[in-house]
Amino acid sequence: MTATQEHPTFASGTAGDDPAMAKHGMTLTLRVWRQKGPQHKGKMVTYQVEDISPDMSFLEMLDVLNEKLILAGDDPVVFDHDCREGICGSCGLMINGIAHGPEQTTTCQLHMRKFKDGDTIDIEPWRATAFPVIKDLSVNRQALDRIIQAGGYISAPTGTAPEAHSILVSKKDSDAAFDAATCIGCGACVAACPNASSMLFTSAKVTHLNLLPQGQPERDDRVVNMIAQQDREGFGGCTNIGECSAACPKGISMETISRLNHDLLGALRAGARPKS
Amino acid sequence: MVTVTQPGQRRTPKAAKTNSVAKKAVVAVTGIIMVLYLIAHMIGNLKVFAGRESFNGYSEWIRTIGEPVVPAQTTLTIIRIALLTVVIAHGWAVVSLWRQAKRARPQGYVTKKAVAQSYASRTMRWGGVIVGLFIVYHILDLTMGVVNPEGPSTTPYDRLIAGFSNPFITAVYVVALVLLGMHLRHGIWSATQTLGQSNKRREKTVNLFALVFSVVLIGGYLVVPFSVLFGLVG
Repeated sequence: MTATQEHPTFASGTAGDDPAMAKHGMTLTLRVWRQKGPQHKGKMVTYQVEDISPDMSFLEMLDVLNEKLILAGDDPVVFDHDCREGICGSCGLMINGIAHGPEQTTTCQLHMRKFKDGDTIDIEPWRATAFPVIKDLSVNRQALDRIIQAGGYISAPTGTAPEAHSILVSKKDSDAAFDAATCIGCGACVAACPNASSMLFTSAKVTHLNLLPQGQPERDDRVVNMIAQQDREGFGGCTNIGECSAACPKGISMETISRLNHDLLGALRAGARPKS
Repeated sequence: MVTVTQPGQRRTPKAAKTNSVAKKAVVAVTGIIMVLYLIAHMIGNLKVFAGRESFNGYSEWIRTIGEPVVPAQTTLTIIRIALLTVVIAHGWAVVSLWRQAKRARPQGYVTKKAVAQSYASRTMRWGGVIVGLFIVYHILDLTMGVVNPEGPSTTPYDRLIAGFSNPFITAVYVVALVLLGMHLRHGIWSATQTLGQSNKRREKTVNLFALVFSVVLIGGYLVVPFSVLFGLVG
């Protein structure tokens, strides 16, 4: 699609009174996935938003759209968001065919300066069997929680906190475990994967715990059970294409997938089998 | 991590009977076995530059290894059964994973952009199917001779010259071999990942090796049809 308006008209109001804002206000055409509920068929609906500041976040731009829809008596677009500071992982959107949009960050940290006046932006929910659409752009990502429940934990004795330095962790392992632990479970890896596989998510969790001394007792069971749960949830298998890592707002490396594979094959050889 | 609590539409997850990573390991190991065979096959092909007797003699030798301790064609038959088993296992695991991937996203995106994928990784599945069909044609052409211009009752050398003298047959081989090269380029990287042997430090080296290896191997194959086509051999 091409630009719909060459000379955007600026809406009057707060932004219109500010010449600096008016100078930068963008008019955008949004094509948004609207779906009434899980059982309904959805479709792309076109909206126009005006006077969008380049300093707005993508979610603020959607807030502008929703205010407009509410004022017009329409149903606002449902989308997930929570912290709006890039750490909760709620705000997953497929923006112009890229998970979280043109910048490798979360949707809430994506700014409208990445777009030009007159742009058309396609906004879709994550699409995967394991992520059923709840409404519009909001999907149910509990499948990821169930993968965590299958093994993404350690068993720790209760009581007073142990002395932090009593268990030593090498710098190398600690750094690699921390890199993996930055995963916020947003689901962008699944959304971007041509196979709708959650391999990067699962491997980040497995790597995080399997690299640390505290994760060793459950090491084999963890990887076997988490992969079994991933398969059960209806995610695809990994073909090492790399779309996941390129879309990951935390830049988690494909190395974690290799680590998971290594641990899984070792665990299977050692006789570990998934709980049924 | 925060997710919405409304259950939405969920079917009861069925018990996972198989393990997708174990299947991937089957693909990787069978792939490696086939690559080893491809290396031997490519080196054997180069005998064509030593002349008709050498090439036909090589073909004869493969069929008589171990004689008279074992009956004729024993070694060849063992290799053929092993390769057929490997091809079937590779195909079974891949088709199973392909179907799993199809089920994992029944409704595609209206707009989807590729950010990281290579042409080689995108064409693994259909490229693999085409290479598989090519191998069937190749066996009918040069091994059995039934679709060869010279027919079955000729020497391997004659079939080779007759086939590659035809630009169309050469073109089929060139296209299939280039596809095979791309399949290997992603396959070698993917197998390294699947068998858990890759890491951040090795990633570049593995990818470079996969590229160089594929180019050298496919180059070694392509030199034969081109030499025949341009009259350097035969």
